Parts: sequence; C-alpha cells; structure tokens
Amino acid sequence: MLDELQDLETRALRALANAATPQQVEEVRVQFLGRAHGELNGFMAKLPKLSPEERRPAGKMLNDVKEHITEAIADRASELEAASVREAPALDLSMPGRETWRGGRHPVTLVIEEIEQIFRQIGFTIALGPEAETEWYNFGALNFPPNHPAMDAHDTIYLSDDVLLRTHTSPVQIRTLQRWAPPIRVLVPGNVYRRDPFDASHAPGFAQIEGLSIDEGVSFVDLKATLTHFAREFFGTAITRFRPSFFPFTEPSAEMDVQCRLCKGAGCSACKGTGWMEILGSGMVHPAVLEASGVDSERYSGWAFGMGPGRVALQRYGIPDIRALYDTDVRVLGALSE
Amino acid sequence: MNASTSWLATFVDTGLTPQQLADLITSRVATVDAVEPLRSDLSTIIVGRVVTAERHPDSDHLWLTTVDAGGAEALEVICGAPNVTVGAKYPFAPVGATLPGGLKIEKRKIRGKTSNGMLCSSRELGLGTDHEGILALSTDAAPGTPFLQVLPNADTRLVVDVLANRPDLLSHRGLAREIAAATGKPLQTDPAPTFSTGPAATVRIAVEHATDSPTYMGAIIKGVKIGPSPQWLVDRLAAVGVRAINNLVDATNYMLHGYGQPMHAFDLDKLAGGLVQVRRARPNEKLVTLDGVERSLDAEMVVIADAERAQGLAGIMGGRTSEVSDTTTNVFLEIATFDPRRTRRTSRALGLSTDASYRYERGVPRELAEDVYGTTLQLILSLCGGTIAGSPAVVAAPEVERQRLTLRTTRVRTILGVDIPSAESARLLSAVGFQVAAVGEDLSVIAPWFRTDIAREIDLIEEVARLRGYETFPSDLRPYRPSAVPDPALLDTTRRLTDTLVGLGFLEARPLSFVADAGPEGVRLLNPLADSESYLRSDLLGPLSRRAEYNLGRKQGDLRLFEIGTVFRRGPATRPIEEVRVAALMMGARRPPHFTEPDPPSFDEWDAKGLGERLASLAFPQASVELRPSPTGESLWMIGINSRLVGTISRLRLDAPAWAKPAYGIEFLLETTETDPVAPPGSNAYGAVNATKTRHIPRYTPAPTFPAMERDVSLLVPDSLNGGAGAVEAVLRNVEGGVLEGVRLVSEYRLSAGERSVTWRLTFRHPTRTLTEKEVDERQRKLLRTLETELGVRQRAV
Repeated sequence: MLDELQDLETRALRALANAATPQQVEEVRVQFLGRAHGELNGFMAKLPKLSPEERRPAGKMLNDVKEHITEAIADRASELEAASVREAPALDLSMPGRETWRGGRHPVTLVIEEIEQIFRQIGFTIALGPEAETEWYNFGALNFPPNHPAMDAHDTIYLSDDVLLRTHTSPVQIRTLQRWAPPIRVLVPGNVYRRDPFDASHAPGFAQIEGLSIDEGVSFVDLKATLTHFAREFFGTAITRFRPSFFPFTEPSAEMDVQCRLCKGAGCSACKGTGWMEILGSGMVHPAVLEASGVDSERYSGWAFGMGPGRVALQRYGIPDIRALYDTDVRVLGALSE
Repeated sequence: MNASTSWLATFVDTGLTPQQLADLITSRVATVDAVEPLRSDLSTIIVGRVVTAERHPDSDHLWLTTVDAGGAEALEVICGAPNVTVGAKYPFAPVGATLPGGLKIEKRKIRGKTSNGMLCSSRELGLGTDHEGILALSTDAAPGTPFLQVLPNADTRLVVDVLANRPDLLSHRGLAREIAAATGKPLQTDPAPTFSTGPAATVRIAVEHATDSPTYMGAIIKGVKIGPSPQWLVDRLAAVGVRAINNLVDATNYMLHGYGQPMHAFDLDKLAGGLVQVRRARPNEKLVTLDGVERSLDAEMVVIADAERAQGLAGIMGGRTSEVSDTTTNVFLEIATFDPRRTRRTSRALGLSTDASYRYERGVPRELAEDVYGTTLQLILSLCGGTIAGSPAVVAAPEVERQRLTLRTTRVRTILGVDIPSAESARLLSAVGFQVAAVGEDLSVIAPWFRTDIAREIDLIEEVARLRGYETFPSDLRPYRPSAVPDPALLDTTRRLTDTLVGLGFLEARPLSFVADAGPEGVRLLNPLADSESYLRSDLLGPLSRRAEYNLGRKQGDLRLFEIGTVFRRGPATRPIEEVRVAALMMGARRPPHFTEPDPPSFDEWDAKGLGERLASLAFPQASVELRPSPTGESLWMIGINSRLVGTISRLRLDAPAWAKPAYGIEFLLETTETDPVAPPGSNAYGAVNATKTRHIPRYTPAPTFPAMERDVSLLVPDSLNGGAGAVEAVLRNVEGGVLEGVRLVSEYRLSAGERSVTWRLTFRHPTRTLTEKEVDERQRKLLRTLETELGVRQRAV
C-alpha cells in the first residue's frame, strides 16, 4: 500500500505538471482528492482494514501525500493564474490614465502668498482691514494735505461724503499702529480701488500688498536691507536700485527697481530699454503718520512699502492685458495654476 | 516736466552725455522716464566724406563724386552743390534714407550716371534756410557715424517725473540747481537786468481776497512789435514740446519753462477802465478762454477781470478778448501767484489743465515773481521792443517767516541708520541753497525760499539721504524683533478653504466688486465709472455666475470656480457692513471624461450639499453644521452654524446656452469685518483687545480594535412623512447610543406614487468586545420598533 501511495503521488504530480488550464488542474484535483471518487479516498476506505501496525505508517503517508498534492495543486493553480494575467490581451497600457480636475489659486493670490512666505521668514505677520474707509484713515492720517496734487494718483470712488473705497492698503497701517504696540512687522494684502477706467493696463479694483515695520531704531538701512533681501528671494536678484520718490506718508521715500530678468540690465522691450523693472514704492514712515496713530515718533521709527501683485503677475506670467486677471477664463487660469 | 539738455546747459555746464545726465537726475532728484533725442527725423542721415570729385561729363554744374559712407567701398554720388570739396565731410543721405520733408532717397540715374545717395544742405535737413551749398561738417567723426551725434545744436529731451512735493523742479533753472549740487559745477546766474522805463501809464490792480493771489505784479509795456520769435527761441520751446506763437507769448512761455514762473500778457487796449482786478467769478459769469471754449464759472473760481468783465481764469488760462495779437502794441503783463487749492479746484471743475495751472496747483513761491520780474521784462523788450510804462503791484505781507529748523545729528543716525557727521549734512544742504549753521553737534537750518516742501526736521533728513545718494547706504540685514501683531483668524480659515477647493479642482476667481444692482440693501457708489458698475456687490455668487457665463460663451461648460472675498450692504452707520464670504460654483462633468467613461455624470444637488457641508465644517471646525432644506425655494438648503444662518446652497439661474448643465452654488459668511475706528485720531487703543490666538486642534481617538457588524435595513418611507428620510435618520442616530457606530443612507427606490423604499447601512461596534449576532439582531429589532412607534415607518417586506 505504501508503494501504491508513492505511485499515486508521482502520477498526481506528473498530471499537474501537464495541466495547462485551471480546468485541467481541477480535473486532477477531482481525480486524486475528489470527495466522492477521488483515488486517495479509496485508500482512506481501506485504512480501517489494515492491522494496527500497518495502519499507523499508512495513515501518516496518506496524510503526507494528501498534503503534497494539495500544495502542488495550489502552486500549479497560481502559476497558471499568473501566466494568464501576463498573457491577458485586454489591457493596452499605452492608454491614458483617469484624470482628476485641476484646480488652482488665482495668479495674483500665488504672488501674494509667495510674498507673504518670504516676509514670514523674517518675523512678519499678516494684518487685514476694511475696504470701505473714512477719509481720515485713507488720507488724513497718512499725511495727505487736503486737495493736494499728491492725490492725483488716488482718483477716489466715494460711497458718501466721508466714506470711500480705500485707494491703497495703507489705512491698515494706521489701524495696526493704533491697535498694537511695537514691535510691529506686518504684511497687509488686500483689494484697493481707484476710479480708473478698465483697460489693458488699469482696473478700477486691484490687489495691493504692503509691509510695515515699526520698532525702536528701525532705519533706512533696515528698509534697504529687507527689501533687497525680498528682491533676492522673490526675483532671484539682489541687484536693486533705490530712486528718490515722494509719498505723503513716508520720508525719505524711495522706489525700488530690480534688474530686468529678461535682459539682465542690457535693456529690452519688457523694461522699456531701461534695464530695470519698477517693483515697489517705499520709505521711512513719516513722523506725522506715527503721531496720527498715537505712537511716540521720537521713540519709534520704521519703514513701509507697497506694491501691486497684479503687476508682478503680469510680468511673471507674461500676460499682456490686465483684464485677463479678471475674465476668469478657465482655460487661461487652469494653465497658470502652479 | 520736459527738459532740454541744451537749455539745462545754459544754467549748468556738466559735460555729461544726455544719458549720464538722466541717470544722475534719476538717482539724486527725480526719475527720468525717457531720454528722447530731438530731430529723430534725421536718424537715417550719416556722416559722409567726399573722396573724389570731378565734373559730370554732360553737365556744367553737376559733380560726379565718390563718397566714403563707412561702407567697404566708396559710393558714386552726383551732387549739384558748388562747394563740394574733396576730403570734406557732409551730412549724407544713403539710399533708403528719408529726408525731413519725407523725400525717400533712391538710386537714381542723372544724365547717364548713377547716384547712390545725396549730400545734404542745411535746408534739406530742416536746420536752416541755407541752400547755397551742402552743409560742411567740422567733425572728427568717422564716415558712417549717425549725423545726430555730430549735429552742432543737437538737443535731447528728458522727460522728468517731478514729484508732487517738488514744484521747484518744474523749470530748467530748478533742475539745474540740483544738477549743479550733484556735480559740483557752478550754477550760472543771470546778469542783473537793465531796461529803461518810459512815460508812466496807470493801471490800477485790485485783489479782492489776498489769499487768492498773495503776490500780483504787473508791467505796462507800450509800443511792442508783435512778430515771429527768433529761431533760438522757437527751438528752445520746441524742445520742451511747446509751439511758438509770437515773440511776446513765446517770451512768457520761455520764462515759465526756464524759471517756473507762469505769466500772462493781456492786450492792454482791450482792458476796460484801467483796472485789473483779481476777484471771484460772479454768478453765471461766462468767459471764453484762449482755446475758444466758453466756460461757465462759479463763485469759487477766481478770475482776472477788467472794470467790466472777466478777462482770464486766474492761474489757468487767459481770455479770448484780451489775447495778444499781431496788432497789439500795448501790453499788460501779469506775474503773480495764486492759491494752489483754489487753482486745483477750478482746474478740475472745468477739466482744464495747463502748464500754468500745473505749477500753481503745486505751489509757486511768491518770491519767484520778484526774482524773475526784471529778467522777464528785459527779455520782452529785447524781443518785442517797447518801453516800460509802469510796474503796478499788489503784494500782501508774508503770512509766516521762513522757519528755522534744527537737524539733530543723532536723529539723522536713527532714521538713516548710519553715522553722518554734521559737517557732511551741512555740506549737502548748503549745496542746494539751504542756510546752515552749526549748533554744537546739531545744525540750525533755514530752507531757501524756493523749497516750499521743507517744514520739519524729517524733510531735512530726506534731503541728506537723497543728496548723499541712496546707493551709499548699506543693505545688510540687521537684528530685529518679531512682530507682536497676531495673525487674523480669517487667514487660517482662508488657507484651509482654498487648499481644499483647489484640491477638489476648483479655480480661484478674483473678479471686480462692482455690479449693476445689489438689491435693497445695496451700497451705491457716489461717482461710479459706469451705470453697470454703480453698486458694490452684495453677494459673491452673482459675480461668480457672470464669470461662469463668460466661460459658457466660450463653450466651456465644465466649471468649478470659487472666491473668498468681501461683500457690502448698508448698515445703520454711515459706512457699509463688510462681510468676508466664501463662494463656490460648480457645473458640468463631475470628472474629466475617460475612455472608460466618455460621458461622466454631471454635478447635481447632492454634490453641492456634500461640498457645502464640508466647507462649512472646515470653516467652523468647532461648531455644529446644519443644512436645513430651504423653506422659500430660492435656495435648496440653508447653512446653519450653531443654529445661526450663515449661507445657502442653491441651484443658480444663469444666462446659459441649451447645452449647459445645471449650475450649483454655495455661499456663506466667514467673518464680518471690523470697520469701526480703532481709536480717535492721534491716539491708540493698546491692550483693548485679546491677543490670544484660538485655533482648533482635533483630539486623538484610537482606531477601533474590535470588528464591526453591518446590517442593511430597507424602510418604507411615505412621502407624507414630515422631515423625510432625514427624520428617519435622526431617530436612528438618537436611539442607539454607544453601539451604533454609523448610519449611512445607501439607496433609494420608489415603490409607488406615495412611497419609497430607503435603505440604510447600519454599522454596529462595541468599543471593548466583539458583538454577537444575537445582540445585533436584538438592537436592530429595537430600532425598528422605535421607528414604527415614533414615525410609523416599517421595514419593507423582504
């Protein structure tokens, strides 16, 4: 009987090796391990008829053979399955994957967030303020002389005699100075409004971002250093130029240009041949502004800057017409999402 | 301000090229926006040298020459000028060049010989009237050099962006003063004017309000001859963009652009009553100005009038009636100052801005009139002849003496960040006309009369920084204290919402805030640009819908847009209430098409509800978010945060083409902006607010360790059931406290007109042991009993 069992195992394994399909494997299983007519069952039935001495080794061998065959069946089945997957003709892997919709921040938001990121690393926080302001917050506290040509650049949209849409984010300087004791290092993003007709380079509403740094002993050198650092981080160049300028709320005032990235200062159409890109206005906060905000102007000093992230976005992405930032054409915005 | 480099050179001779001069002005004074070589119509003309010249075989006056024009070979050129000389250089117009008259030079055959260009005379180049011969150049420049580089009177226009606080720079002398200081070159001063006066005539001047015109000086000039100006004056004015009119008017314009003093000449014989008065306009008074426009004046405007009527708009423009003409022989010349604010108001009210009003608005110091008075008269007499027959003037006493300011050396250090010795500050300030005296470590300073912008110590510090040069200051980062200002909570909310929406495929929009109509609480603009933009928006979904329509118009129907922005409505105070809201708009395919799904399903109500709920709980992480079906039908759901209504989810009505899929919108309030004044002017409100930052941080819950059991229950939900499936779900959630872990509605099936079968998948789990089938069966039975007793809802027969 032991020999017969050995022979059965050999036959079963050979049959399995020849089985080419899962059906043939199943046939092998039925032939040898089948519950009703399986060959191994035949031996099972014979087992009780053996003498106790014979029964033990035969039983053990029976179990071993069953185990071997069961394992071999499983192995052969998974071999065949793997082969069938490899040979499957259905999947053309050159075909495209399933996409998901692509969202994105607005180009102006991307610029604002990148600027915020740079200033956060050097101790700045964010401040926000209302878009409708009083004349005092928008002009008076910022040292604008009433009815002065300095207001020419601030053609104002009024809501009532005293309430207007802020023409710059600088009113938030006053609100921040009134609310918090120095050290103040804040960045102020927000929408501002000017009564400019909507054309390729002007919009009646646009984003501005401004910075304010006030503490004891903050100087013009800090202004130059911080803004130059910003230029290096944001524009990739520390080659900057500071030009004398005038804003009623800063003194001394300076415009900062960075070297034109396209022509590296040689002069091109993007920089109108000057080699420089006008980036921002800045200056030391005028003592009158500190005084208007209840800050001791002898003890504290500081600087401020302001810039238009929309203009930066136009340069950065090569957009020729500012209206593209407002149209919200999904094909355009989708392609600009970084 | 347009400046001519050659005009500037009459005040200060720097030897700098126009570009160098422009760079210097930009870095020390004011930005030069453009450097424009004048006579660019000569840009194609080059320098040519005559190599050979012989008589044309078939002509007795033509020359056959060869000209070196910088090219490899000399060119054959035929020339008819008698003065052509071998070896001399002339302006040469090569083939392809264009002469100022518009003549284009081409290759030409003249009596059998070819001419490859033209040697030019002064007249052909528009440089004069000389046409006797070609213009011989005395220059070392190589042949081929652009002619403009060697033109003897070449001029360049600098367009200077003069800052609003520096009216003293609105003249050639003013700019030259700064250039002289920056280069160390001397500023030329005018010789003392000399002129004779004739028999006196009387014109009385009356100034109604001294503040309207603090200084009003007149000059009566008799016997002038009006005619064209000499070429030098025409050129000067042309260089700054001013057209020559006649010798007298040109003289006044010369003084305006040269010295910054506007002035006006009246035909004296047209002024009635021997009276010149500076007065406010009368009600409904009319004046035809020099430009021929009839102006309606109001009582706030100041006019120059004779005994009968207005003859000019003070500080802005003269009147037609008393205009100086060819027949004028007697003149009243006005050299005055006018109130900046009143001039500005009038100029804006009439929409009339002139070189004069531009300067008066910014402030013309009263001293300037006296300063230029003699020079002006001398110039006019030399150009127009005549004699001075009187100098009437009304000059009010100065209101304030010029202030003496202290410049503290320590303060210079504090503001500018570097040590600048007082001697250096003194040197810099003196160079531009300040009177400086040392007082210990500090300086006592008096600003010159032409610097109306200097009022405080900080103004002097700016002068020091500017004159020293901004580039001389270091730019090394120094230690700082971090900001004591906390970030606004809104910032964090905005970032989380934006991240989520962008991740879900939404594009951010930043549209304009103006709309045509904003409902009953809309905030109206007093001075809108257009009727279609006369209100501030009162919601975000309106403008976002317009953006969707824009895209639909471009055949883009799969849209996911969002904005976080401000809306406005009228409040009890004068200023509007401002709310920061978030809005999202979705329409079209839920996913991009794929070959496995060529027509993906479109967004529907359930997408909108799910997203709305998610956004609301992102924005208010600690609050309970409730979406209640809207009772009105204007929207689908109302969004409640801790039982407070903050927004809606709705199906949007768009102006959409037939193929467009339904659009859904979500909009809710994030924060009402603080708009009250922080503190009264001049004071602060430190410590009035709580600076602690509250941020939600989720708590840890361990992952379940025991297996869950799921059961699907299908219930018959009659349409008449109050609260619908939501009521069933509420009961399900309430009944089973700890063991029913989840309730999820998985399917809906309509059985009949009045009844649905709705299936929920219930997940049971015990936190500390495995539940038995028997237990779950028991709990499920209990649930079903409760539903039947509370709502009359039964299980669907299987």
